[in-house]
Amino acid sequence: MKRPTKVLIAKAGLDGHERGALVVAMGLRDAGMEVVYTGIRNTPEQIVAAAVQEDVDVIGLSSLSGGHMAQFSRVMKLLKKEKIKGVLVFAGGIIPDEDVKKLKKLGIKEVFGPGSSIASIAEFVKKSVRSK
Amino acid sequence: MTEPREEPGTFPFTRGVHATMYRGKLWTMRQYAGFGTAQETNKRYKYLLSQGQTGLSMAFDLPTQIGYDSDDAMALGEVGRVGVAISSLADMEQVFDGIPLDKVSTSMTINATASILLALYLAVAEKQGVPWSKVSGTVQNDILKEYIARGTYIFPPRPSLRLIADVVEFCVKEVPGWNTISVGGYHMREAGCTAAQEIAFTLADGIAYVQTCVERGLAVDDFASRIAFFFNCHSNFLEEIAKFRAARRLWAHIMRDRFGAKNERSMMLRFHTQTAGSTLTAQQPDNNVVRTTIEALAAVLGGTQSLHTNAKDEAIALPTEESALLALRTQQIIAYESGVTAEPDPLGGSHYVERLTDELDAKAREYLNKIDNLGGMLKAVESGYVYKEIYGAAYEHQKAVERKEKIIVGVNEFVSGKKLALKMQKTDPKMEPRRRRDLAALRKKRNRVTVDKCLATLGKAAKSSENLMPILVDSVRNYVTVGEICNVLRGTFGEYRATHSI
Repeated sequence: MKRPTKVLIAKAGLDGHERGALVVAMGLRDAGMEVVYTGIRNTPEQIVAAAVQEDVDVIGLSSLSGGHMAQFSRVMKLLKKEKIKGVLVFAGGIIPDEDVKKLKKLGIKEVFGPGSSIASIAEFVKKSVRSK
Repeated sequence: MTEPREEPGTFPFTRGVHATMYRGKLWTMRQYAGFGTAQETNKRYKYLLSQGQTGLSMAFDLPTQIGYDSDDAMALGEVGRVGVAISSLADMEQVFDGIPLDKVSTSMTINATASILLALYLAVAEKQGVPWSKVSGTVQNDILKEYIARGTYIFPPRPSLRLIADVVEFCVKEVPGWNTISVGGYHMREAGCTAAQEIAFTLADGIAYVQTCVERGLAVDDFASRIAFFFNCHSNFLEEIAKFRAARRLWAHIMRDRFGAKNERSMMLRFHTQTAGSTLTAQQPDNNVVRTTIEALAAVLGGTQSLHTNAKDEAIALPTEESALLALRTQQIIAYESGVTAEPDPLGGSHYVERLTDELDAKAREYLNKIDNLGGMLKAVESGYVYKEIYGAAYEHQKAVERKEKIIVGVNEFVSGKKLALKMQKTDPKMEPRRRRDLAALRKKRNRVTVDKCLATLGKAAKSSENLMPILVDSVRNYVTVGEICNVLRGTFGEYRATHSI
């Protein structure tokens, strides 16, 4: 049997807003995926190390502090540096539209804003992993 | 149950802590705001004071809240973002330059580093020649909810509780006009808990603090009246009004029966309210004005002592000047036009509101009993029980929204119109390098021997049970920084790292 899709939900930055990250984590778990949650306050280095250690297929990055450009681009850079390929990265939180475009250019597949449903996120992950 | 003839202003205060309520004095309209640098904050405060405001509200950036100086690697990208950056007395002096501390009262939203920021405030007072007996203000100083919902903890819960008791004990003797703890349910509600859970978890935090201070040897009536509360006001109008009534009644009984308080002021639950940021939506943002109005009205009918109304774009962007003004006008219309201030607890006696009050009282009691059975709130937090309860409720809410059992106008029903463009506060990119340069200069200018001596004294005292406040005041006087102090305390107390599995 194929192992279930393994997802790391990661919170970058110093802020403590984790409701969104946790609700998405629980939603993906109930959609049949294996989910690891980092907790709050992680550096990009810690996030990439956790992704490697847990050997995940997907990384979901969450940010609500406004530091997403610096933190997410560093995560993408480190993934490249560590030669980690084939990991799907998506993001969520309070991310301005102008930054969404920039993040997608860096290789972040999708950005989910406030009001997104768990169903739509789970659907996106399933489809993207299948088509990989 | 509400006593058949319970009057406002009498035990157990279900109907309010004052007999005349808003006929005597309106609630305080206190809008929370943050500014990046000490200079900007000083300028803003001077403007507000010139407009007749006497209460200042101080928001800190995240590095200050979790004990890192602006030049620490951990602070990268976060300096001055959600409030003012304070690393040393030099910053605090600049914030209050030309503002006599005996003429204002300052409310500081600060928790893990509350003792240090209070020490800094007192050192500024000293330099201004203002005796500590003449300063007044508030520190949030409510660490337990940080582990559960807000996230700005540093040390493990036990040494953190010791720091809280150090502040309370010190203020009883030295700074009698200081409000030492503001026990908050706001953030737990934002994180997703229910109204009954908000009451129970907030009061359980309050019980833990009072218990810690009593165990320290303080007499309950000497400090209890300096503890206040901070609640959310959510969208369910009648339930929220009942929530405030039930919370007041429960706290009065807890203080009298559990802690043996004799002074009625120790039994009065006084509180600040903020409308619920989590009920605001990016979709059809004008609807948020209506939501905030209903929530603010519930807070007033529930008898709040002060109120912050959210701007319609507040939860997802930097409020514009226009939206911030509209939020304040909302309170003024309720206060001066609606007529609801004519009578204290105007809904008291309504069958439905009284029933809801009794139901919430009973549900909150059940949680409180459960927490007692777990060995108290400290144990309940350490075991992850509270965290699981809250995020479980958040998940249930989300599922109910997706199944359309709960309707959010503009989100899962009546969808049309345009979405609010998400904006971010832009911070000055030159600020962080400038702060690093200023701090480097400060570190060079200080007397290194004195600084090292202060830190050594602090390290030794932290290992004992001595009250740390006098040592903190002495340290900051000598320009020892917030980060240096916290690094010493991290060495002794250790750091808390949440390990919750989902």
